[in-house]
Amino acid sequence: MTRRRLQILMPWAVTLGLFALWEAFCKISGIEVFILPAPSDAWAAGVEFWPQLLEHSLQTLFTTTAGFVLAVGFGVLLGLAIGSSTLVYKGLYPVLVGFNSIPKVALVPVLVIWFGIGTVPAIITAFVISFFPIAVNVATGLATIEPELTDVLRSLGASRREILAKIGLPRAMPYLFASLKIAITLSFVGSVISETVASNSGIGYLMLAASSNYNVPLVFAGLLVVAFLGVLMYALMALVEGRMTGWAFRGTDLMS
Amino acid sequence: MSDPEFHPADFMKPADFMGPADFIKVDGVDMTFSRGEEEVHALRGLDLSIPKGRFVAVVGPSGCGKSTLMRLLTGLAKPSAGTVTLEGAALRGPAKGVGMAFQNASLLPWRSTLSNVMLPFEIVAPHKRRLRANRAEYEARARALLKTVGLEAFADNQPWELSGGMQQRANVARAIVHEPRLMMLDEPFGALDAFTREELWSVMQALWMERGFTAVLITHDLREAVYLADEVLVMSARPGRIVHRQEIDLPRPRTLEMTYEPPFQAHVHSLRDHIQTVREAH
Ligand SMILES: Nc1ncnc2c1ncn2[C@@H]1O[C@H](COP(=O)(O)OP(=O)(O)OP(=O)(O)O)[C@@H](O)[C@H]1O
Ligand SMILES: [Mg+2]
Repeated sequence: MTRRRLQILMPWAVTLGLFALWEAFCKISGIEVFILPAPSDAWAAGVEFWPQLLEHSLQTLFTTTAGFVLAVGFGVLLGLAIGSSTLVYKGLYPVLVGFNSIPKVALVPVLVIWFGIGTVPAIITAFVISFFPIAVNVATGLATIEPELTDVLRSLGASRREILAKIGLPRAMPYLFASLKIAITLSFVGSVISETVASNSGIGYLMLAASSNYNVPLVFAGLLVVAFLGVLMYALMALVEGRMTGWAFRGTDLMS
Repeated sequence: MSDPEFHPADFMKPADFMGPADFIKVDGVDMTFSRGEEEVHALRGLDLSIPKGRFVAVVGPSGCGKSTLMRLLTGLAKPSAGTVTLEGAALRGPAKGVGMAFQNASLLPWRSTLSNVMLPFEIVAPHKRRLRANRAEYEARARALLKTVGLEAFADNQPWELSGGMQQRANVARAIVHEPRLMMLDEPFGALDAFTREELWSVMQALWMERGFTAVLITHDLREAVYLADEVLVMSARPGRIVHRQEIDLPRPRTLEMTYEPPFQAHVHSLRDHIQTVREAH
């Protein structure tokens, strides 16, 4: 088998292997299903409750996507401002670092007071948790531009706006797309947290409800769905990244 | 006065007080950088004057402030003291429409070679306005220039698909495509092998003879300076100023053969002696 084929097979083999180990551990140790259900139990629960799982997953996907889209818009603007002006950078940095240090779960109760429980706090939590890496990455892309590039444009008579458009934005693109993978995962975490704490829909709510009914296999089915969706969205962003910024990889095909 | 550039209207310009020949004039320029507590005097009391259409080379020991001088001449940096005058007007902010080429090719990796070379058209007036409607014409101009520098086959390749020498050709083409009045070259051939470098000298000379821009070339290579320049300026060690000026009266176009002949060698030797003196004085 070639190394290449092995690289493609490896992730599947490892994942299936882990499930097999898990299954074997549960069957051999005879551990109670309401403490640690085997993957087969979680699968059975998933099959039984699939309409609910689907409905709540869609809700979570919606809040995640909405929060993520907001985060991209706001994060890019903030990143551009920070990255192109030292003054803005100096002014905002402590505030941003401070804000980023707050565990976002602590914000949910406040959001509930303002907006009630449900969709809105989930979207906002997804947003606030994920804009930071986007802004930081875009700012880094701008701040690390080779001074010679800027000098070439300045000596041609380019304005700040033109320099930003011709060099800044394209230069920040690979940084932006690299951050999207992280941001979408965080955004997902944010909406699940918010749904768990304060909602009556979404996959986080479903897991909470299942656990209060001692339906542990369904909790695990929910967890597996969360993990699966997380991988799916990460892969989607990685695909977008490869498509949009091929030049940053200098022709070495990372997707293969 | 048989200067073909001369025109009665020139009397109206302050440039005329220094004579119409002064394209660039530098008076008593100091440049000081503060690095934490200590101050670095990069340039002190530097005077310089470059007539229009001249090819001037600047040589000097490493770290003497050559790159700094270049940034001052194009208005990319402001002198700590003294004035820089370009075409009779004191420089405030970057001079427009100057062509620049640095030691590293600094091409934009997300653009093809052709698109990199066309970059100045997107920024410099009047091309900027005309580009959209006349793209075919501009593209033809850029392709013709790429042909001159021997890159016609690589117009549609990405920069990282080019060798170092090819990237440097593209870099020079980009600096020159909009026919700038002033061309600034900061060791653009420094990283190249000897053969490619000598080939590019001849490309550079041909472009200069054809278009007649004013050029300032910074280099460590004395043969390069003598081959290309009308006049070579030697800078002292830091704080840098001009300590020697040498006219290169060799006929044009110069050829590689000439570089092995006594008049050329004499210029190189004389420059080497001056640099040696400057380095020992340090
Ligand atoms: N932005 C800056 N901040 C602080 N010091 C600087 C800065 N730019 C240049 N210098 C200092 O000024 C001096 C001259 O630098 P410069 O780059 O002009 O030298 P150079 O003659 O071009 O050298 P080389 O031949 O090695 O390219 C150096 O001592 C350098 O450390
Ligand atoms: Mg230098």
